[in-house]
Amino acid sequence: MYVAVKGGEAAIANAHRLLADRRRGDRSVPSITIEQIAGQLGLAVDRVMAEASLYDRSLAALAIRQARGDMIEAIFILRAYRTTLPRFGTSRPLDTTSMAIERRISATYKDLPGGQMLGATFDYTHRLLDPSLLTDAPVEEPALRQPDDEVSLMRVSEILAQEDLIEADGELPADHVTGDLTREPLEFPMSRDLRLQALARGDEGFLLALGYSTQRGYGNAHPFVGEIRIGEVEVEFDVPELGFAVSLGCIQVTECQMVNQFKGSAKAPPQFTRGYGLVFGQSERKSMSMSLVDRALRATELGEDITAAAQDEEFVISHSDNVQSTGFVEHLKLPHYVDFQAELDLVRRMRRDFEASRQAGNDDDFMEAAQ
Amino acid sequence: MDTAREMEMTPGGKDERKRVVDLLAHADRAELSAPWENLQPKPEMYPVRGPETGLVMVRGRIGGGGAPFNLGEVTVSRATVRLASGAIGHGQSLGTDREKAKLAAIFDALWQQPETRDFVENRVLAPVCARIEQHKHRNAEEAAATRVDFFTMVRGDD
Repeated sequence: MYVAVKGGEAAIANAHRLLADRRRGDRSVPSITIEQIAGQLGLAVDRVMAEASLYDRSLAALAIRQARGDMIEAIFILRAYRTTLPRFGTSRPLDTTSMAIERRISATYKDLPGGQMLGATFDYTHRLLDPSLLTDAPVEEPALRQPDDEVSLMRVSEILAQEDLIEADGELPADHVTGDLTREPLEFPMSRDLRLQALARGDEGFLLALGYSTQRGYGNAHPFVGEIRIGEVEVEFDVPELGFAVSLGCIQVTECQMVNQFKGSAKAPPQFTRGYGLVFGQSERKSMSMSLVDRALRATELGEDITAAAQDEEFVISHSDNVQSTGFVEHLKLPHYVDFQAELDLVRRMRRDFEASRQAGNDDDFMEAAQ
Repeated sequence: MDTAREMEMTPGGKDERKRVVDLLAHADRAELSAPWENLQPKPEMYPVRGPETGLVMVRGRIGGGGAPFNLGEVTVSRATVRLASGAIGHGQSLGTDREKAKLAAIFDALWQQPETRDFVENRVLAPVCARIEQHKHRNAEEAAATRVDFFTMVRGDD
């Protein structure tokens, strides 16, 4: 017999009402606005956009506010929202060489064309709490300097490419159809384009830990940051009615070119290989981690032994999505009353059998001792 | 209306039309709604499509210049309108502002009519263009101020 159990409607309604109250907090403190979140917690907004895989600053800020600052919850909400919209099509690939640069650094070439531009960075700060931020003290305007007239900054990889000491940008076979994991289920092994899509939306903490593991010897990495650049790029979209591609506006992205020493193999000559990272918004740590993991996951392609977690494609890609991860971990707290009753019954029976056999064993021992 | 006929109506051809549509995509809501308020008389117009909001999958390239891959999606709002003259305008830009997309489509159509082109050029496109250029230049100046000037220090006796 199956008995359906219902209940909890009032408790759930009141719990959500309480959640709304706690989200709002002390009513004597002004409510935080979407503009304030988008403007002053911009890197939180960037992370939500990147891992929700949807670039929209206002909606990401709304999700952060609704989620009380819980980033994965905000990512979940934004990811759910995107499923309600139709897809108009696919953009032209972004041209990161024509990026309006806000920050551009290289750890491999000091004097690269265009120079090292630090931009708005936490690097070289002392990481000391700043008491002046306890108040709303006025903030200086940024310093200005006449920029060079260069239209676009060459990539660092192009410098080494002139000597043929670095592999080219990753090409796939001409007949390869660009994969889309939002449309087709994941299958392993997967092509590099699909891996990059998964990594671009992957959890920053997970990719950071995996990237770190490759540096510590789990995998075969000798990485240098060839280049990191952050800035705005145009999104171009073909409008069939017009017959040409038009701009939809600009988005901010972070690009990382990680350069790795490679001693060569049966498949490739000694040269530098590359890992690539491209992420929505200003997200340097994520793009660096992504490029480390991208390179580690190319082990098979480059004829390297697979010895570490970061090189295991199925392990990495299956666990990089934090919405999937949180869904399966957090479902454990939902009612499992029937499952648990079944298991409880099973453990009771096993225990009875165990006690019975032990009792029998004791009886045997007693008999043996008596003999 | 097919593309070929539409292109015939486009003064200056594809490049000019692209300049107009691109600038309209970069406009703020206020940069479109303010001139619209000031436009007299208002044209008769008929919706052809939308305004509607959807997604565009943004692509990157492996290594920056290699094979394409899907990076993630952007929200896009778009609209198509037709004026009494037959001019058809398309508006599309990032975000969820459908009213802005509709205004962009209207101004795209108005730009195609000789009698309203100057209004669109002077009252809509010129201010948007000026703001974008100023914004770009300002950002470039701010970034340039953080450029590292290396110098070498000579140590020891000579």
